[in-house]
Amino acid sequence: MTGCILAMNGDEAAAYAVKQCKPDVIAAYPITPQTIIVERLSEYVADGELDAEFIAVESEHSAMSACIGAAAAGARTYTATASQGLALMYEMLFVASSFRLPIVMSIANRALNSPLNIWNDMSDTMGARDCGWIQIYNENAQEVYDLTIQAFKIAEDHGVLLPVMVCHDGFVISHSTEGIETLRDEDVDSFLPERDPVYPLDVDHPVTMGCVGVPEYYPEIKFQQEVATQKSITKIKEIFKEFNEAFGRNYDILEPYQMDDAEIALLAIGSASGTAKVAVDLLRKKGVNIGLVKMRLFRPLPVKELQELLGSLKAVGVVDRHISFGAIGGALNMEVRAALYELRSKPHVMGFPTGLGGRDIRVEHFIKMAETLLKVAEQDSLEEDYKVAGCRGKGCIEP
Amino acid sequence: MKLKELPLHEYLAPGHRLCAGCGEGVTIRQILKAFSEPPIVCNATSCLEVSTTPFPYTSWRVPWLHAAFECTAAVAAGVEAAQKALIRKGRKKKWDMVLALAGDGGTYDIGLQALSGALERGHKFIYVCYTNDAYMNTGIQRSGATPKGAWTTTSPVGKVNPGKIEWQKDLMKIVVGHDIPYAATVSASYPMDLQRKMRKAIDADGPAFILALTPCPRGWRTEPHLTIELGRIAVQTCIWPLYEVDNGKYRITVRPRRKLPVEYYLRPQGRFRHLFTPKLRQDIINEIQNHVDRKWDELQKLEKL
Repeated sequence: MTGCILAMNGDEAAAYAVKQCKPDVIAAYPITPQTIIVERLSEYVADGELDAEFIAVESEHSAMSACIGAAAAGARTYTATASQGLALMYEMLFVASSFRLPIVMSIANRALNSPLNIWNDMSDTMGARDCGWIQIYNENAQEVYDLTIQAFKIAEDHGVLLPVMVCHDGFVISHSTEGIETLRDEDVDSFLPERDPVYPLDVDHPVTMGCVGVPEYYPEIKFQQEVATQKSITKIKEIFKEFNEAFGRNYDILEPYQMDDAEIALLAIGSASGTAKVAVDLLRKKGVNIGLVKMRLFRPLPVKELQELLGSLKAVGVVDRHISFGAIGGALNMEVRAALYELRSKPHVMGFPTGLGGRDIRVEHFIKMAETLLKVAEQDSLEEDYKVAGCRGKGCIEP
Repeated sequence: MKLKELPLHEYLAPGHRLCAGCGEGVTIRQILKAFSEPPIVCNATSCLEVSTTPFPYTSWRVPWLHAAFECTAAVAAGVEAAQKALIRKGRKKKWDMVLALAGDGGTYDIGLQALSGALERGHKFIYVCYTNDAYMNTGIQRSGATPKGAWTTTSPVGKVNPGKIEWQKDLMKIVVGHDIPYAATVSASYPMDLQRKMRKAIDADGPAFILALTPCPRGWRTEPHLTIELGRIAVQTCIWPLYEVDNGKYRITVRPRRKLPVEYYLRPQGRFRHLFTPKLRQDIINEIQNHVDRKWDELQKLEKL
């Protein structure tokens, strides 16, 4: 059932998957570390391998605006960005999700200015977590490939109709070459049929999109959007299952690792999960009952699944790849805490913002986090809400 | 082409909530009359947008999309590209014209980048900018289209400043700089001139740009019944010359029989009242007159090229 194994980095894997998904319109602007995606897609179009309109827009704001126009007109629509580009798009992200447009966007996660930094962290997408987009995070290029294909199916499903961000860490994944087990074109075709738009812009059936919503109507419109986003989680699980069965993969919204008898756990997102697994293995050899939960789906937040996996533990360390300034570490930490708060028995939850601006997160860092968690579990109390890791500074876990 | 030959369709339904005497309503109605087949409309945030689509009502009998303020040209580009791809792949049968509508704020200022990008890329669409010379939707703030000397709430008349200090941006020059197939200025006070230009815009092989002056009784501090008359005076004073740039060739389409002094245009408008009372500011009026004369001469020279 599988095609050939190709050597591709994360960006190339995304571009290759997009090509096989046959988008009608791509509107994108180059930004490191996502640029390889738009380069490859331009080449596919130039070589006639992909029959799509490639709009080389003059900014990311226009990229998302053009995607909105194209998706509203009924096209399968794709874009890619990172960092400042996503920040520039911010206004339009809300419009895309409010219109229920199934746009798929790859993100090569990158830090935000200032100082200028082209390397990886998740300040960009974490800052866009409340825009009404589904957010999927990937650990490696294989996942980027597989989840990009599934993202189109999720977005366009009539039970979902929401835009999807498919995120991979800048450079760590975007520029690292792996052997990717690809699918045959015809298998992608049968998994992902042509888009069937619900209310496209059509002169025979005119619709008005983007009207004025006065206070008498706005809350109901937003409530419908919230209900749709919450409901999408069931569809996302179904589509993962369908993909797993068709292609022999094993995707779920959360991925537990060594969790069966775990007493403490780390919760990680993106490429750091791979390193965390090595740390878990090492600690297990020393007799520490530690596990790991990898967060694949961050929006909608899998609250019930987080409760089931983490509820009975003594302590959980949440590894954020950004800082929510002036709050409690990162967004992931705060949301995991919130998800567990109403449980009668719940673990202590401590945040570990780390890997900022491309700083490597090494096995030692995870071991130090685990040691901190063991102390928390033993004392049954949390002294600090969060501790910045891999950083020179007072109270930090030193790099 | 005769007035009675215009199509009877009304793509913009009556009953919208634009102010009495609003220049936008009459102008957009005329713009839409130029289409023999319904277009897909992309609208910027503006008076027109808010006044025609208060949920659950709409005045639009054609597909209509409003995304945000500054991105109308980009949204229209997306609609155009989608149609190209879908028709090529056999998933859409016929080509629908794409009409982008935006005000002066959404075009001269915040939307200029998206417009420039879309014009450079050569999308097949018509972009109509209806300018009432200020941000009227937010309550009369100065824009790049506000003429020198005009009062607005952010170019107020104070003890030091006599209204807006800067000249209006020459948007046509910027647009023409993109070497697009067709660009023209219009006024609803000259409906047949507007129709002829819109038809050329529809037939253009690539992007077309139409710039319409739409008087605003609220913002200009004028009587609603003067809207059409003011449009006419704007043309006759050469403050709003009607011309086209057809594949690079300039042509003045309405030549005033007798060029009126700018006072004819300024005096009826409350936004220029401080130029006449309590003290006559002949210096500023002269400056405006000289500026208009210079631009008119320049246009006549361009026409001869």
